[in-house]
Amino acid sequence: MKRTFLPALAGAALALSASFAGAATLDTVKQKGFLQCGVNTGLPGFGNPNEKGEWTGFDVDYCRAIASAVFGDPTKVKFTPLDAKERFTALQSGEVDVLIRNTTWTMSRDTSLGLKFAGVNYYDGQGFMVKKSLGVKSVNELSGASICVQSGTDTELNLADYFKSHNMQYNPVVFEKVSEANSAYDSGRCDAYTTDQSGLYATRLQLQKPDDTIVLPEIISKEPLGPVVRQGDDVWFNVVKWTHYALLDAEELGVTQQNADQMKSSDNPDIKRLLGVQGNFGQGIGLSNDWAYKIVKGVGNYGELFEKDLGQSSPLKIQRGENALWNKGGLQYGMPIL
Amino acid sequence: MSDLQAQTDLFFVRRELATQEAPPAMTVGPAAWVKRNLFSTPGNSILTIIGIALIVLIVPPIINWAFINAVWTGTDRTACIAEGSGACWAFVKAEFAQFIYGRYPDAERWRVNVMFALLLLGLVPMSIPSAPFKRLNVLYLFIVFPVVSYYLLTGGFGLSVVETPLWGGLMLTVVVSYVGIVFSLPAGILLALGRRSAMPAVRFVCTAFIEIVRGIPLITVLFMSSVMLPLFLPQGVNFDKLLRALIGVALFASVYMAETVRGGMQAVPKGQYEGAKAVGLSYWPMMRLIILPQALKLVIPGIVGIFIALFKDTSLVYIIGLFDLLGIVRTNFADPNWASPETPATGLVFAAAVYWVFCFAMSRYSQYVERRLNTGRKR
Repeated sequence: MKRTFLPALAGAALALSASFAGAATLDTVKQKGFLQCGVNTGLPGFGNPNEKGEWTGFDVDYCRAIASAVFGDPTKVKFTPLDAKERFTALQSGEVDVLIRNTTWTMSRDTSLGLKFAGVNYYDGQGFMVKKSLGVKSVNELSGASICVQSGTDTELNLADYFKSHNMQYNPVVFEKVSEANSAYDSGRCDAYTTDQSGLYATRLQLQKPDDTIVLPEIISKEPLGPVVRQGDDVWFNVVKWTHYALLDAEELGVTQQNADQMKSSDNPDIKRLLGVQGNFGQGIGLSNDWAYKIVKGVGNYGELFEKDLGQSSPLKIQRGENALWNKGGLQYGMPIL
Repeated sequence: MSDLQAQTDLFFVRRELATQEAPPAMTVGPAAWVKRNLFSTPGNSILTIIGIALIVLIVPPIINWAFINAVWTGTDRTACIAEGSGACWAFVKAEFAQFIYGRYPDAERWRVNVMFALLLLGLVPMSIPSAPFKRLNVLYLFIVFPVVSYYLLTGGFGLSVVETPLWGGLMLTVVVSYVGIVFSLPAGILLALGRRSAMPAVRFVCTAFIEIVRGIPLITVLFMSSVMLPLFLPQGVNFDKLLRALIGVALFASVYMAETVRGGMQAVPKGQYEGAKAVGLSYWPMMRLIILPQALKLVIPGIVGIFIALFKDTSLVYIIGLFDLLGIVRTNFADPNWASPETPATGLVFAAAVYWVFCFAMSRYSQYVERRLNTGRKR
């Protein structure tokens, strides 16, 4: 993701006023009866309107998950499409209650903008795609390749750093615009194309022959994307954070949108606590005790969302990779509800 | 005698008109036209050859792309990703309703249709010179129609509320440009009068306003209104984004309008002012009856130019997250169901065609009005 100077500046100016902007979001949301969620103006698989004009995507479904937790109704959410530049201002000024817009968690954003990242819903990173005919299986075999890249982004720097540190040669073919780099790769001017991995899958759809291109498994930079809330409102922070964990725990425990009702009578104490049959965990974050049941019932678990918006049932066909559960070789780890 | 006879026999006396010879082959017919118009000099010959070469190079591929190889039907991207396929019109077809109405709820779209119909109902009689009730018509277009449309589109009086973030597509483009036009014409005239006023305070305020607004790009104002303005407002107080855009666009259009109208007023000879005063007219009747009719007539091309520019400038609202026609077309490139190599080009061609139809219509109508009003200079 591009980091620009402007949001940092705007954020710094706002960090001063963030204290008054941090009051009881949960109460406000409950009172107005819907969640106002900041999403991308159009990123395939994460936040984009479909042909009926409904918002779809992984980030969008996270908004619906939060709405389910608070209201028990995934439709009680309104979306504000936000530009990369205006997203932090919109959150800080209270225009949106939560920002779920493929935003990279970095230290400066977490500490000096008056914001809090509530988790990582998608581990992204810079990746590569190559033509299948090259027979390349790993980035380390790309020495000497010509690589299409967009100029003036972190992507270009990361690429240079990676190849330098691995003592490999490469031939950068630099373009001003994504679309230009895209068509250059398509017309065979370069062997490989690099950008954020989630973007690679979206880009691949616009190629003449998407199936002749593979996305290499390695990622060479860390781009953890996650939901963002205002600093200084711990109640709301908890709601968003635990919505994320509930989605993960539900997947780990095998609770799906379909079987959520049967699972309520499960003997497994973990499931009982998750679905609010046992304990008063929901009250601890200002919600009802069956908050997690409502989430799963409303939108499904993490794995279901991933499959629907990004995975094999979507046109993007992204592999789980780092976003698999921790016990399946990934990094997604839902904190226990105990 | 016989000599004379013999002598006269030598002469031929034509008794009827000679049959007309065909003119030299190279002075008439298509060949001559070609030579005269296309190959009259070596320079022109070269230009002609280059021109033909360009047409041959450009036109057939465009026709191939837009019609012959184009994909007209399909339910998702698979229809448009076949090798060598041209424009993906199926994409435009599938998203057409969204391009027109944005995300306006399906069940309420009739309200937008009614708005379009009401607009036509006002515009058509307005643009036909012989249609009666011009005064009432102006009143309708400038006051009744905007007020009715406001309630129709936003809701109220029993209609469900539709929030402005759901507005989009051609409807939003029309709303923004119509508000710009309706506001800028009277506001621009007032500002122009103010700038030429004899009262220093009025003149100063109007001049300062015009110069300040003209000195800032519209994109900056929109950007400031979406990024900086929320910082200065207390939490929870939010201006509607559309309202911000409308204010920005309306202010901009009015100052440009003011300068154009002022140009027209300056072109009216001083004698007209003096004559008007001599027959005893005070300021407002003088302006209304003598000066403005002449001044506005002079600047019709300028005014229409502003309208056309305004119509196209509305696409700038994309940067503050409003989806006008161009914005919604671009957003839909990201729809993974329709992503294909040809989708963006097709969408943009469609948007360009819609803009062209509107702007060309405005331009032709203004030429008609010019011809009709040009009574003073017609020969």
